[in-house]
Amino acid sequence: MGAYVVRRLATLPLLLLGISAVSFALLSVAPGDPAEIVLHQRNPGQMPSPAAVTAMRAELGLDAPLPRQYVRWMSRALAGDMGRSYVTEQPVAAQLARRTVPTVVLTAAALGLALVLAVPMGILSARRRGGAGDAIVRLAALVGSAAPSYALAFGLIILFAVKLSWLPAVGYGSVAQMVLPAIALSLAPMAQLTRLIRASVLDVLGQDYIRTARAKGLSEQIVVMKHALRNALLPAIGATGVILAHLLGGAVIIETIFTWPGLGQLIVGAALTRDYPVVQGFVTYLAAIVLLANLATDIALRVADPRLRYERVGV
Amino acid sequence: MTMTAERVGVRLPRRPAIAEPRRRGRWHALLREPGTALGLILVVSLLLAGLLAPWSPLADPTEINLRERLRSPSPEHLLGTDHLGRDTFSRLVHGARATLLAAAATLVLSMTIAVTVGMLSGYYGGWPDTALMGVVDLLLAFPSLILALAVAGALGPGLLNVLLAVGAVWWVGHARIIRGITLGEREMAYVTAARASGASDRRIILRHIAPNILGPIVVLASLDIGWIILGIAGLSFLGLGAQPPTPEWGAMLSDARPHLQTAPHLILLPGAAIFVAVLGFNLLGDGLRDLLDPRIRRLAR
Repeated sequence: MGAYVVRRLATLPLLLLGISAVSFALLSVAPGDPAEIVLHQRNPGQMPSPAAVTAMRAELGLDAPLPRQYVRWMSRALAGDMGRSYVTEQPVAAQLARRTVPTVVLTAAALGLALVLAVPMGILSARRRGGAGDAIVRLAALVGSAAPSYALAFGLIILFAVKLSWLPAVGYGSVAQMVLPAIALSLAPMAQLTRLIRASVLDVLGQDYIRTARAKGLSEQIVVMKHALRNALLPAIGATGVILAHLLGGAVIIETIFTWPGLGQLIVGAALTRDYPVVQGFVTYLAAIVLLANLATDIALRVADPRLRYERVGV
Repeated sequence: MTMTAERVGVRLPRRPAIAEPRRRGRWHALLREPGTALGLILVVSLLLAGLLAPWSPLADPTEINLRERLRSPSPEHLLGTDHLGRDTFSRLVHGARATLLAAAATLVLSMTIAVTVGMLSGYYGGWPDTALMGVVDLLLAFPSLILALAVAGALGPGLLNVLLAVGAVWWVGHARIIRGITLGEREMAYVTAARASGASDRRIILRHIAPNILGPIVVLASLDIGWIILGIAGLSFLGLGAQPPTPEWGAMLSDARPHLQTAPHLILLPGAAIFVAVLGFNLLGDGLRDLLDPRIRRLAR
């Protein structure tokens, strides 16, 4: 176990280096000269002179060869300096730090909501397989996985903010303002988790040890909640990484709609204005978060499931 | 493909390819499932709407008429007009064309990369496999929508750029699955037989393995269209995709935002269109999966 964690931790910097290098190269080959973009941002509507562009290229360090630019960026990033935004001229690292909390709060709320509903629905659906409850849950999961979160978000705003005036439509700060975005964001992962849990409960309920538990006279309640659920939840834990990726992807759109001041809003603005330092810093930062979350998931899975500790890691 | 297998005198692999005598019965089974039938109806209607839109008698979806702004539904404008007086119904129908074309192109792009990478990796193994799967693991760790957003931002706004961006990041998961299937297929008797009869690697990959894994590839592709539609419409909604005046569902949603209070239907209609399209493709994909390849459920995470 200790060796496993060490080995995984050792590959993390390599993966991060890979992702940051890929995104750096990508942004560098992108059409458009960042120096011109910066000058356009500072003097809108003016055609920058070639001399000003050359000066700006030197100021931004863009005149150096690409590998040297990357090494310079990386060594500064390791010291916590991820450069400055082309648009706001604020330090990227500070912006990322400031916007992390809102995104964490929103995704955690959405994940909690998804789990609270998906686990009982998945269990119910599996236990009443083929029945009315199962049909309803499966239909809900089908609808949930096909509904675009952005359209749902507007549906919620129209119903609860515009028509009923129960909840605020946008903004950040109070719990009431979090309700609608959290619901909109939770729908897709909820549908995904419900399907997953239903399938894994069905799988577990068909196993021999469950028949044994039933045969020795345990109540169905105990069989399902104590014997089946523990194993049935393992695939759900294993899927945390995928779910997290979906949540973060969804947060990009949901934060933009609800003017939620998180990382998603930041990256959308940066992508639209070609604010490359912010995009680059964000991609690297997010990669670190996702990789750490995946590692935590794998460790949690190994703690929860002793069988994994004896198997060789691999495909 | 069956002929080749018979010629070299081996039994067919445990999972037969699609071209089978039982085929007709299988397709009937597909339609007996009500969900799949509904999916097929939705998909076919969308395809027809998208294909025939330019030749339909509908109003020009880009014609601006400022005197007819934000009208409610009427016989003249079945679903009313938008903030520039353009016919909403016509824009929705033409939007199907933009969305489906973009999704199809993205699918072809991402599947081509996925099949190439997956088959080469699975068939050859060794260092190419290690290198390719290293890249795949790198990209898999990342939320694909955000990666697509970064790529689309770097390329600049436009439907073509969004399509390239989504295609460039979407193949990763599939490459892994196709690699796994190829890996299993490589060990089958028919591949050994083909190799023994002197077939080159190239021939084995293209003529022997490829037809056999076509089923899973079709299933993966059909299950993927829904996600691709959601992704493309999402990026268009954010302003990176289709640019005005192109009628596209995601862009329509974003156009309608300022009129949320006065004309909520302008937001809800394109939203519903996206939902129906994704639902149709998902239902059809589920049906195809059950029909063609039950084991993909396990491989597809």
